[in-house]
Amino acid sequence: MSTASPSRTWKRPPLIKDTKLRYGLLLFVIVYFIAAFFSYEVNWARVYEGLDRGWEFIKAFSNPDFVTRWKDISAGIWESIVITVTSTVVGIILAIPIALGAASNLAPKPVYLFCRGIIAVARALHEIIVAILMVAIFGFGPLAGFITLAFSTIGFIAKLLAEDIENISKPQAEAVKSTGSGWWQWINYAIQPQVMPRLIGLSIYRVDINFRSSSILGLVGAGGVGATLNTAFDRYEFDTAAAIIIMIIAIVLVLEYVSSFIRAKVQ
Amino acid sequence: MLQLQNLGKSYKTGDDALKGVNLEIPDGQIVGLIGPSGAGKSTLIRCVNRLVEPTTGKVILNDVDVTTLSAGGLRKERRKMGMIFQEYALVDRLTIMENVLSGRLGYVGFWKSFLRKYPQSDVDEAFRLLERVGLDHMVDKRADELSGGQKQRVGIARALIQDPEVLLIDEPTASLDPKTSRQIMRLIAELCKERNLSTIVNIHDVALAQMYVERIVGLQLGEIVFDGPPEGLTPDVLTQIYGEEDWEATIDEVSDDIDDDINEDGIDSAKNTDKVAKDITEAVSAP
Repeated sequence: MSTASPSRTWKRPPLIKDTKLRYGLLLFVIVYFIAAFFSYEVNWARVYEGLDRGWEFIKAFSNPDFVTRWKDISAGIWESIVITVTSTVVGIILAIPIALGAASNLAPKPVYLFCRGIIAVARALHEIIVAILMVAIFGFGPLAGFITLAFSTIGFIAKLLAEDIENISKPQAEAVKSTGSGWWQWINYAIQPQVMPRLIGLSIYRVDINFRSSSILGLVGAGGVGATLNTAFDRYEFDTAAAIIIMIIAIVLVLEYVSSFIRAKVQ
Repeated sequence: MLQLQNLGKSYKTGDDALKGVNLEIPDGQIVGLIGPSGAGKSTLIRCVNRLVEPTTGKVILNDVDVTTLSAGGLRKERRKMGMIFQEYALVDRLTIMENVLSGRLGYVGFWKSFLRKYPQSDVDEAFRLLERVGLDHMVDKRADELSGGQKQRVGIARALIQDPEVLLIDEPTASLDPKTSRQIMRLIAELCKERNLSTIVNIHDVALAQMYVERIVGLQLGEIVFDGPPEGLTPDVLTQIYGEEDWEATIDEVSDDIDDDINEDGIDSAKNTDKVAKDITEAVSAP
């Protein structure tokens, strides 16, 4: 302690050291925000007209109509569920070998690069774009939706599972290897127990995502409840649309509850 | 008989972890490998069963040169080399029985191991070994439910069910309390004698090593700088291995301390097997 300065001050060092750069960046962000905001061309008259329709829509939620179009709704929901289950199961089955290949601590370099390539392609395209492609190839209907979601499930599960495999405890893997186990035995005894909770958690999460996605895919003709919802909007049947949205929300809530329950169980 | 001839390992980073180590371990001998962190102790042990691929030299186990084996041949040879790890390295989410039986993976086919249909003789041996280490009453517990000492006993059983000719032991007591450390070292020493196993034990605790091993090898910067009986570890030798420090106090204090502790526990000697068995049972029943 020096006697000359009895109390020394301290300040947290700033994230950007250069003062000019720091305030320059701040100014730029503010100016850009204002400029961006004023570049919107908002038709206020149109917004005002729309308020009525918005209110109609909100009112419809207090009085959803499940009955009039029940056949369409139930068929749509059922189709969405079928797409969800099949695409999740098939996607996971295909994702597991790809995840093994995409884990740098298991696979030799060429296999690794190949599997990472598959994952990159599967993740690069948004589901809607894939769905449009699949509809173009396979025609309208749930098959296109199934293939779309299975494809994006592969990208999702394989990537996250591969990362979990790369993070396994190395001594456990070494221990099993040092017993003289074969490669598949090693996978089964050292890797699988370590990544199983993650795989189950991801799979259940993916059921959730696939159900929500399957209700959008209908908009581009790839099957599911989205088509029913779209039709309801087109006909200004807001009460039916409200019924569909309420059902989607209910199913997602149930899935959410089930998935958190199962994930807590498998730790 | 395990022979290391001019064994060397250079890592890609350019570090020479081992520089031409020559070592010969007759059957039934326990060698304590001591040395500062980074001296190459773990690398040496892992070069023997090629978890780490040595760059130069040979590892010869009963006339078989391990370093030239193909993948299949290496797997067969690894069965003869039991390994015990610092943090126990049990597969946490498998049961104790599965962990022990995993020591037989080199002997059974994939489907048998996948379906957990091991030959009855393997299951019998697993029960016998678990009984020997005092854990046969908890075979279906998951490995992560055990205490450190219990985990290490399972680790020992897993290594022994391989029916090995060599034991490679990497810091078996580094994560254990002093009393459990002694129990584990005592158990290892007994089992090696019973089964006439050549054994290398990496160990940080010099005093503990002196109690249970019959030969000490000091490693420093990848080279052997001491090879002799435990009594040969004078302050000068320790300085040579670890660097300048007041070793006199360490050695004296440790040996006194050990006698006291053993008397408190009511155990007169490591060779008194009845007491040891009791000791183990006590340790196991304690949570």
